[in-house]
Amino acid sequence: MNRIQQLFSKKQKQILSVYFTAGFPQLHDTVSIIELLEKHGVDMIEIGIPFSDPLADGNVIQHSSTVALANGMSLSVLFSQLEHIRKTVSIPLILMGYINPVLQFGVEKFCETCQSIGIDGVILPDLPLHEYTKEYKHIFEQYGIQNILLISPQTEESRIRMIDQQTQAFIYMVSSSSTTGTKSKFNDEQIHYFKRISSMNLQNPLLVGFGISNTETFAQVCEYTHGAIVGSACIKALEQPGTLEQNISTFVSSIKG
Amino acid sequence: MKFTTDEHGYYGKFGGAYIPELLYPNIKELEDNYIRIIESSDFQKEFISLLKDYVGRPSPLTYASRLSEKYNAHIYLKREDLNHTGSHKVNNTIGQILLAKALGKKRIIAETGAGQHGVATATVCALMGMQCTVHMGETDVKRQMPNVLRMKMLGATVIPAMSGNRTLKDAGNEAFRDWINNPTDTHYLLGSVVGPHPYPDMVARFQAIISEEIQWQLQEKTGKNLPDYVIACIGGGSNAMGAFYHFIEHESVQLIAVEAAGLGIHSGETAASIAKGTIGVIQGSKTMLMQTNDGQIIEPYSISAGLDYPGIGPAHAYLHDIGRTKVLDATDHESLQAAFELTRLEGIIPAIESAHALAALPKIQFNATDVVVVNISGRGDKDMDTYIAHMDKYC
Ligand SMILES: Cc1ncc(COP(=O)(O)O)c(C=O)c1O
Repeated sequence: MNRIQQLFSKKQKQILSVYFTAGFPQLHDTVSIIELLEKHGVDMIEIGIPFSDPLADGNVIQHSSTVALANGMSLSVLFSQLEHIRKTVSIPLILMGYINPVLQFGVEKFCETCQSIGIDGVILPDLPLHEYTKEYKHIFEQYGIQNILLISPQTEESRIRMIDQQTQAFIYMVSSSSTTGTKSKFNDEQIHYFKRISSMNLQNPLLVGFGISNTETFAQVCEYTHGAIVGSACIKALEQPGTLEQNISTFVSSIKG
Repeated sequence: MKFTTDEHGYYGKFGGAYIPELLYPNIKELEDNYIRIIESSDFQKEFISLLKDYVGRPSPLTYASRLSEKYNAHIYLKREDLNHTGSHKVNNTIGQILLAKALGKKRIIAETGAGQHGVATATVCALMGMQCTVHMGETDVKRQMPNVLRMKMLGATVIPAMSGNRTLKDAGNEAFRDWINNPTDTHYLLGSVVGPHPYPDMVARFQAIISEEIQWQLQEKTGKNLPDYVIACIGGGSNAMGAFYHFIEHESVQLIAVEAAGLGIHSGETAASIAKGTIGVIQGSKTMLMQTNDGQIIEPYSISAGLDYPGIGPAHAYLHDIGRTKVLDATDHESLQAAFELTRLEGIIPAIESAHALAALPKIQFNATDVVVVNISGRGDKDMDTYIAHMDKYC
């Protein structure tokens, strides 16, 4: 069992996974942010690899990526920061980013480095299923890196079942047809979609991302799925005056209540 | 023979559809339907009749006698500048608006650099009674104001893109984000042979009319349907793909693509994606692009808003890779010189983009018998502020 599967075997409800952009607000905050998120009860972390042209992201994550790149963040800097992360952190860690920086780093070298550091999975939104299975799946599998795939309200059932076969981690359910960002409440249409996917009895657990920003939206998705992924709300919290620890602690309570 | 992609949307190792899952259904809908719709007789009838009676095609092929004398070759100009709306962009917008209608879409979005594609999109939306939103980098909004005002008069909403350098690439990012947020009723009317499959192939098919006409026009004028050279500028590469399309399989025709060198290939202020690029993924397509070693996309620079793009259509990356096209480049200065030269020798003010193609003429050693076609992709009205600012130096 990989670390992500272990998490879901211990805990099936109220999973909170948090996304933040590496190198934001300061270049060397990465490790402290990860440690503090774990300390304050977050179950899993998605470490964002900043990219110059993040197509699927709204303003908040675009802004954090621009700042992180200006701070000097890159994939090699990130890997050197994370070199000893498994000495202090035990929850599952996932890297999330766009395909181009990974291609330039080299897909095999990327997977090999992830494995040696103890990264459990990768989310690359612009690496579609077909390209993944054709070109890269065997490399990911060789190094035991889970590729986590997204589904949206528009994804057809047959394709969801195909995606379910490709991973042993979880399915990233995008809450609505939108770029990343925050919402104050989900509507009936979105609730219906959560119910519909949940009743498909997929082999992988479901986490809902995009738009979760407060106790209300967190509770709404937890009612139908295993939990939530929160990104933009965390980035906003990290920008507040106050120490990283104060901001992270306030942020986690603002989601879990 | 048709020059097209393999079944997975690739030209050799270039192309594909690197899109977020959120856009998969949209791209799949296009991919499953575009050839069937385009090849249907209803579509063809309407497409051809609009190109003729609305756009004013065929566009003339003008013998440029004074330019020919200067460069000691037989130079013909393909006059896309004379199309309705002033550039080749309208060939593609007519095609895609008919496709969007056939797919039952209600709303059109587009990106634009120089504003020519935005104007051509706003125009066909007015013609078809469709709602239109154009994303345009804030930098370009300022440097191409007449086109912004034309789009507004045509009823389009123009949204300034505030990310990156606020130019063409950033407008494209915003258009993709708009599409992610409006996936069902909206068609993204992409303006060049870039982006995820099937856009590069679809836009190439709509622009192929340019080389189709060149063939019979040359036959009439010279008794031969093949020139020795075809020269076109490339931003994303749609006017060049249109001008090359029917000549690709005829190896005797030299195909010259001209990139924008900006202040110079080695200046760090350039948009020459093949000269300075490496293979990577940009806006849904694996192709040549300007990027750092770390895979971040480098902000391009060119005096020409329409060529100010850090990537290139995958078909052009492929044709260059296999040695079928020759890629040259022209600086801001060389292009301004070429624009003023054409104006004074032939009485034609070209778009600053098209002036890049003309700037290749002094770089090629022609034989006196060579037949050369230069694609004049657009007219210079939108560039008058730029030309006026440089008038003293070049006249
Ligand atoms: C007149 C003109 N020519 C050329 C271009 C560049 O586009 P492409 O390389 O797709 O032909 C533009 C783009 O705005 C244009 O307006």
